[in-house]
Amino acid sequence: MDRFMRPTPLPRRFLTPGVGVLILLALNGLVFLAGRLLFGIGAVTNLSNQYPWGIWIGIDVAAGVALAAGGFTTAALGHVMHREQYHAVVRPALLTALLGYTFVALGVCIDIGRPYYIWHPLVMWNGTSALFEVGICVVIYIHVLYIEFLPVAVERFLGRVALPGPLARLNPLAERLLAALDRGLARTMFVFIIAGVVLSTLHQSSLGTLMVIAGPKMHPLWQTPILPLLFLLSAVSVGFPMVILESLLAARSFGLKPEMSVLAGLGRMTAPLLGVYLAFKIGDMFVRETFVHLATFNTASVMFMVEVLFGVVIPLRMFMSRAVLKSPALLLTASALVVAGVAVNRVDNFLIAYTPPYSLRPYHPAFGEVCVTVGFISLLVLLYRAAVLLFPVISLPDRTLSPKAKYTVHG
Amino acid sequence: MANLTRREFLAGAAVLGAGLTPSAAQASGGRSPAPERSGVLVDTTVCIGCRNCEYACKQAHGLATPPQEAYEDRSVFARMRRPDDTALTVVNRYENPRKPGLPVTVKVQCMHCAQPACVSACIVGALTKAENGAVVWDTDKCIGCRYCMIACPFQIPAFEYHKALQPRIMKCDFCFERRKAGRIPACVEICPMEVMTFGPREELVRIAKDRVRRFPERYVSHVFGEFEVGGTDWLYLSGVDFAALQFPRLGRSPAPGVSESIQHGIFAYFIPPVSLYALLGAVMWIAKHSPESGEEA
Ligand code: SF4
Ligand code: SF4
Ligand code: SF4
Repeated sequence: MDRFMRPTPLPRRFLTPGVGVLILLALNGLVFLAGRLLFGIGAVTNLSNQYPWGIWIGIDVAAGVALAAGGFTTAALGHVMHREQYHAVVRPALLTALLGYTFVALGVCIDIGRPYYIWHPLVMWNGTSALFEVGICVVIYIHVLYIEFLPVAVERFLGRVALPGPLARLNPLAERLLAALDRGLARTMFVFIIAGVVLSTLHQSSLGTLMVIAGPKMHPLWQTPILPLLFLLSAVSVGFPMVILESLLAARSFGLKPEMSVLAGLGRMTAPLLGVYLAFKIGDMFVRETFVHLATFNTASVMFMVEVLFGVVIPLRMFMSRAVLKSPALLLTASALVVAGVAVNRVDNFLIAYTPPYSLRPYHPAFGEVCVTVGFISLLVLLYRAAVLLFPVISLPDRTLSPKAKYTVHG
Repeated sequence: MANLTRREFLAGAAVLGAGLTPSAAQASGGRSPAPERSGVLVDTTVCIGCRNCEYACKQAHGLATPPQEAYEDRSVFARMRRPDDTALTVVNRYENPRKPGLPVTVKVQCMHCAQPACVSACIVGALTKAENGAVVWDTDKCIGCRYCMIACPFQIPAFEYHKALQPRIMKCDFCFERRKAGRIPACVEICPMEVMTFGPREELVRIAKDRVRRFPERYVSHVFGEFEVGGTDWLYLSGVDFAALQFPRLGRSPAPGVSESIQHGIFAYFIPPVSLYALLGAVMWIAKHSPESGEEA
């Protein structure tokens, strides 16, 4: 661990005007969520027999899983490759992944018709189903993430247990438990860290296998047998930009100085990763000769171009520039482009590319659907904020904090 | 960590890998369907669009059924309809490019594919291909994820979107219950024109080809479903190109083929995941292997 930087619970108050807005958005989402639970999926969404999956799967689940990739990429970098200098970003990325996957699970729960059967895949296995593979890996990975986060929680309370009132008698016992947990975790954590990386690799790629079975229902610009590889490569390349974005936003929100040396390092590593992804994406397009579809001007071709140009090519060029790596604003822009690009790619794959042969009416997300998604995202940001105020996640200089910290909230 | 040997690493990896991944035995899909299974041959050149099959199907499945006279209303043909949660089969009408003024009517329902994409896709195995050819759905398993709807190349399974509890996946079940009682499918039974022939699939293919050979001016020489997506147990004959009747253009390989081989490749007897685990373990060990390095997870 860096001698000058140490993860610390942030000394900030929770409520700000921005937080208030997020709370309202979250509550609004919950209202529509209640509607879905009481009156069925059809009551709040525009889903139909022609379009069985909408933004709850495309954004909440598919994009959510992709954007939580910062967790396993930084774990691989910091723990597996043991690059000490990046340890400062491992915990925030871990927390994001943890919250991200928790909300993916929630998203799945509300989108499936029978949420109370959510446990079925644990006992009813269908090994030929890509969805089963994604599901089982995600379930295990969520547990791994919570285990990986345990040391952070233990660190917070170890030596500081102060149960109130009559419970105080239990303090020594709790302390001993925590100490034992601390020792045990330190010794076995490597098992979980590696498992986390393997599980991520598996389900990130299987997420790509999902739509392969849709066959000709999927637009040829996206339908390819190498979808699993493309999904994996894009997940790997969005990991660091996501960490950079989150770190810069958190720094601004909490009035901290961004760790530019660490972030620039992550940015530099992003360029080759994006390059590999781009090479496969373009290569696949030429092998299957799908570029012909770009000649027709329609939603699919425009979205494809947006995804590749703004989500990959432009940020790739930016990450290769020294000036960008040095400037927080430019680094933020480049990272935001990659993040948005991958999100758009997932939406493209799951929604735009899906064109059923017999469409009675097109699919547009309903107001209630959007509200639930926005509500979930707001709730996630709120929980993130609460967690970094409560637990030692964000690294601060070990001196006392600068007192003139002024901060605003960024969504 | 310091006294961890490589062997411990691999052992740990194997245990974890075995626990985490689906059984490899299960991952090999595509068990070939029973050769003596039944099917239905639909001859669209005979269909008069009376929609009796729609009526009988609803009756047989306890769905809300309008009185039989209501089915004489031909205005429904103005727009294309699809099977949904209230109707497991529907009849659509198409212009006849060969004989204008003599439209073609076509009954649509689940094709009961030989290697069904829906069965391969279902996360919990709620859909199965029965010995007798029927692809049936099990309400005790289904979680309502609707992945079967994404997978089906004929866009058949429908979902009860307006039910909060126990919404069902609805599709033609080849009259599974009736057939258990030794009866033939309701739609086949009621059809006044004998559009549909129920019988062993292999025989149906023979009959279909025989008809095409004997009446070349009546039929296009294509038995839809003989080879499409690896063969379907419902087969169609037509007097006009199937594309004109909005049949999907599909290849011969089974719909789940590609995705299952990808799945299989990624998991092949756990070897890829376990190797990855071992590789990462080795990298971690080497990266950290300085005797003084205290473990801090
Ligand atoms: S037509 Fe669709 S629902 Fe019917 S068996 Fe084939 S894949 Fe399944
Ligand atoms: S909706 Fe039901 S039947 Fe269809 S894939 Fe999901 S679990 Fe299986
Ligand atoms: S076989 Fe039975 S379920 Fe299928 S369309 Fe005919 S009547 Fe309906």
